[in-house]
Amino acid sequence: MGLLRLFPVQASTFAPDVDHLLYFLLAVAVFFSLAIFCSIFYFAIRYRRRSENELPRAIHGGMALEILWSVIPFGLTMVMFTWGASIYFNESRPPDNALDVYVVGKQWMWKLEHLGGQREINELHIPVGRAVRLTMTSEDAIHSFFVPAFRTKQDAVPGRYTTTWFKPTKAGKYHLFCAEYCGTNHSRMGGWVYVMAPRDYEAWLSGGASGGSLAENGQKLFDELACGNCHKPDGSGRCPSLSGLFGKTVQLAGGATVKADEGYIRESILQPQAKIVAGYGPIMPTFQGLVTEEGVMQLIEYIKSLGPPPGAPAGGIAAR
Amino acid sequence: MITAAVPEREDYLNVSHGLKSWLLTKDHKRIGLLYLATITLFFFLGGVFATVIRIELLTPGGGLVSSETYNKLFTMHGVTMIFFFLLPSIPAVFGNFFLPMMIGARDLAFPRINLLSWYLLVVGGLFALFAMLAGGVDTGWTFYTPYSTTYSNTWVIATALGIFVAGFSSILTGLNFIVTIHRMRAPGMTWFRMPLFVWAHYATALIQVLGTPVLAVTIVLVFCERVFHIGIFDPALGGDPVLFQHLFWFYSHPAVYIMILPAMGVVSELVSTFSRKAIFGYRIVAFSSVAIAVLGFLVWGHHMFVSGQSLFAGMAFSFLSYFVAIPSAIKVFNWTATLYKGSISYATPMLYAFGFIGLFTMGGLTGLFVAALGIDVHVTDTYFVVAHFHYIMVGGAIMGYMGGLHYWWPKMTGRMYPEGWAKLSALVIFLGFNLTFFPQFILGYLGMPRRYHTYPAEFQILHVLSTAGASVLAVGYAIPMIYFAWSLRYGKVAGANPWGATGLEWKTASPPPLHNFDKIPVVTHDAYDYSTVVGEAVEVG
Ligand code: HEC
Ligand code: HEM
Ligand SMILES: [Cu+2]
Ligand SMILES: [Cu+2]
Repeated sequence: MGLLRLFPVQASTFAPDVDHLLYFLLAVAVFFSLAIFCSIFYFAIRYRRRSENELPRAIHGGMALEILWSVIPFGLTMVMFTWGASIYFNESRPPDNALDVYVVGKQWMWKLEHLGGQREINELHIPVGRAVRLTMTSEDAIHSFFVPAFRTKQDAVPGRYTTTWFKPTKAGKYHLFCAEYCGTNHSRMGGWVYVMAPRDYEAWLSGGASGGSLAENGQKLFDELACGNCHKPDGSGRCPSLSGLFGKTVQLAGGATVKADEGYIRESILQPQAKIVAGYGPIMPTFQGLVTEEGVMQLIEYIKSLGPPPGAPAGGIAAR
Repeated sequence: MITAAVPEREDYLNVSHGLKSWLLTKDHKRIGLLYLATITLFFFLGGVFATVIRIELLTPGGGLVSSETYNKLFTMHGVTMIFFFLLPSIPAVFGNFFLPMMIGARDLAFPRINLLSWYLLVVGGLFALFAMLAGGVDTGWTFYTPYSTTYSNTWVIATALGIFVAGFSSILTGLNFIVTIHRMRAPGMTWFRMPLFVWAHYATALIQVLGTPVLAVTIVLVFCERVFHIGIFDPALGGDPVLFQHLFWFYSHPAVYIMILPAMGVVSELVSTFSRKAIFGYRIVAFSSVAIAVLGFLVWGHHMFVSGQSLFAGMAFSFLSYFVAIPSAIKVFNWTATLYKGSISYATPMLYAFGFIGLFTMGGLTGLFVAALGIDVHVTDTYFVVAHFHYIMVGGAIMGYMGGLHYWWPKMTGRMYPEGWAKLSALVIFLGFNLTFFPQFILGYLGMPRRYHTYPAEFQILHVLSTAGASVLAVGYAIPMIYFAWSLRYGKVAGANPWGATGLEWKTASPPPLHNFDKIPVVTHDAYDYSTVVGEAVEVG
């Protein structure tokens, strides 16, 4: 490119928010730096030592000044805190209609899966103007999904799901980096995010699908792993029905409750003993080692796709 | 003692001779010099690693070294600079040497333990050196799990053990300082007559004693997981990787104040001495050190805003981080106010103090950026953070260290360094520093991640500027090494108090006698009362 760029492009709804906060911080920083540098320069010259035995009058301090220069900066920092926290709050609240994409980090690549079953490596294709929610994990070390043009970053941590979201505002091709050091090829673990006009995106989607949606693949896996031997759609036998589970508040043995989100379902499959549903025995075997992270994601999408259990009253006591 | 045969005054340097008299010494001043020699070696080593890193980053595609080697280089750079140079630097050298003298004591409370702490640093350093020579370590100085416990094939355990052992050096030094300050003050040396350097070291010692054991425990846990495969941090073994980050930063955030508080103490001495004025708001500056030490324990989660910790935790840690910033800001304002109507000398140590204030201000202000949640999500793990902490640790702590070295060199050696060269190198360091690290703020905001061996070509110009700055910086650090060595033999002989300073360390000969004072001083004045040192004073202001 040759051109010396000093500021990153803004390509998501967060980007201007973050940059405005940056401008505020810069203004405060420049103001205080200049105030201090100028005072030092001025004092250093104005009060330079002119003879070796000068003895300046001692000044021991002034409470009014101390209070002034504690309270004003404190007030400013509280503005910074509130402003920064409100952006962070928004970044943790994806809209309900967000497009879901699953992300698995591993040394040294990003594996991405769309709901339609399209898979990508080190590339992410998304439409402009539509919120995208990432649910991610890692197969080994911690990685971090970083798109500077969107001003978002989120660690992908092994053993759990983390999420982030963004809404691209400008079609184009943007850097995707791994920001958390993860070993030898950390600096090569990245690629591009392609933000496309909706029509191009539809074309890409239909070109990229191969062999079934995530939920369909999840169903196949569900059969292969014989989950259905225990989990019957009507909840008969000694196991809970998985229909309508997603999003529900689950009553656990011991009295606690938990919301059945992606993280909970993942844990139920890989560490079933961690949380036991009230009224059931701890008999579900772990599927750790039998199913990959991608497989778990497919199972989750399958469980999400299950409607409410047959004959269940809509909006029963356990429903959200 | 045969007095007639002694041609020169006896001091701590010539009172005994031979290697053994140094290696078995219990004199806090000699131990200070042992530390000085040790950490200078580590500083040099860390500098060599940095040099290779910066040369490698001249081109985007790598090529000088492999990625494995590059990762080892930045890890060993960080480990050496932080654990074996910066953490010991000011406390172990100047704290050891001058803290007892400043409060009118003959030594630290536990001279033998003091010697032991030096040996612990050396043994720890040897472990780390062994790891480096045997093949190096590539986890980053932060040793994040599960990479460090499960995936790295390098010398993690040897390095971690080195840090573990060196940690005890730090704990024992802190313990020694606390007891010394409580028990060994000269008659009349009340708490509020103590120089601010001593207050800063008291606060530092609290962190060393309370924080470092957590680091030790964390290292033991890493050891257990890596060697015995006990699941603590690796989820594949049933552990929690983020737990490591909590433990690590619970120590390592306070540890950044182990590095900066002593430098703030030095700067308080310098600003007062070279403007001949009591520090404006002495008590506030003293208490702000303690406030920083205490609050510093409450903000560790600000290193983990994108680690997946809860929304609430992120907000709480951001909020608390701003509380730490206030006492730091107060210090800067008070130093600046001290200059008002002073009698300001531009001696080299004061140039370093000016440099410190300027660069620390920028480092601290960018601390406000990274503590702002919305901004940090974007800049964490980028060069922005790298620039932030180098402004504080190199621009702040090392400037303070260099200022202290020039200030106390005449006292430690009895010789003056050449003033012209010293001023020149201070200027070169300041310029080189800014050229090295300022472009990194821009790089970071553009999105350049840290710990990258290769990078997109569009970042090259800024990297080249940074490397150019690093070369200037290297020259700036090399010049003092030469003239300090030169001055040992050829430097002008320094008097007892070449700067007209008020500290008790200046009330005894240069170099000081073995027991510091011929007679234990009785203190009757505040710390910075210049009416006692300026003869035939001309009142100004
Ligand atoms: C041996 C029978 C058995 C098999 C096989 C089994 N489960 Fe389970 N599962 C249970 C039982 C019993 C529970 C309730 C107790 C508990 O929480 O562990 C349960 C709980 C769950 C839950 C939490 C349900 C809730 O209401 O909160 C999920 C999700 C789940 N299983 C998914 C699966 C999937 C997916 C498979 C196949 C990969 C599977 N299970 C295989 C017996 C089984
Ligand atoms: C003025 C108050 C300060 C504030 C508010 C502050 C804030 C922060 C924050 C929030 C981070 C995390 C950034 C990130 O990783 O995304 C950080 C990183 C860091 N800070 Fe500060 N800081 C301050 C002062 C200091 C001081 C005094 C030092 C050292 C002497 C220091 C050294 C560091 C280091 C070493 C890191 C990076 C650690 C790493 O990830 O390797 N900071 N600071
Ligand atoms: Cu990585
Ligand atoms: Cu911190």
